[in-house]
Amino acid sequence: MSFVEMGGYAAYVWPAFGATAVVLTVLVATSLRSLRVRKQILEGLQRDGEAGRVACGRKSAT
Amino acid sequence: MHKYANPTLFLRVSALLVPWLAAATLLLLTAGLYLALLASPPDYQQGESVRIMYVHVPAAWMALFCYTSMATASAIGLIWRHPIAELTAKATAPIGASFTFLALLTGSLWGKPMWGAWWVWDARLTSVLILFFLYLGYMALENAFDDPVRGNRAAAILALVGIVNVPIIKFSVDWWNTLHQPASVVRLDGPAIHPSMLAPLLVMAAAFTCYYLWVVLLRVQSEIIAGKIRGLRLRQAHG
Repeated sequence: MSFVEMGGYAAYVWPAFGATAVVLTVLVATSLRSLRVRKQILEGLQRDGEAGRVACGRKSAT
Repeated sequence: MHKYANPTLFLRVSALLVPWLAAATLLLLTAGLYLALLASPPDYQQGESVRIMYVHVPAAWMALFCYTSMATASAIGLIWRHPIAELTAKATAPIGASFTFLALLTGSLWGKPMWGAWWVWDARLTSVLILFFLYLGYMALENAFDDPVRGNRAAAILALVGIVNVPIIKFSVDWWNTLHQPASVVRLDGPAIHPSMLAPLLVMAAAFTCYYLWVVLLRVQSEIIAGKIRGLRLRQAHG
């Protein structure tokens, strides 16, 4: 009996391992993506904040 | 402990740990899958279907481990207002829910050929289904408030109430007549399972544990940054 046939239990064994792979991959991928997106938003806000402070500083100087 | 309550320090430490945890997860998963699918023998009664055990049992252990971690972190968050503990509880919920879902799904895929049924309303299966609903309830409650602090506290109380379900799950196979087999690894008189089957089980469990630590650190980092974004936006809105 070949490895793929799993002694006649292929219809149960492979979906079990496949579903585990899919769920764990999706969870880590969405976690990585959300972290990356939030880091970008934070960097953008911090850049805007810096720009705002510089602008305010000029205004008060004049 | 309050040293680790500092989010900036936490971000620095977890950034160091994350690549190692990712590598450990992948390494252990590769070894675990090799042992589970190729190196271990088929069961003398269950044949090759026994290989489902190597994802089912570690997933079920993680379902309980994550819930216990979530409830512990919730308690620390409620008592000491520990910000990292609050975020850890929140970050753990979807990981625990995923493992619980996988334990139920792979159990169903194992139950059909072995018991002749996808599902039975027995004590073990029903209590794990309740665990899954507790995770979903926690996540729903966490997101039900405009104020994230209030949402987190309400969800923490639910997590603490739900902890009674954890010993019920563990001992359900001893307390009630159930179709589910009793414990064969974590028992007082030592494991009742052959080393050739215990090895893949433990390696897969170690892989899932590293996976949990990896993903929970990523999610806590993400929550800390979300908090910083909220703070900056609030400050900018108030000029």
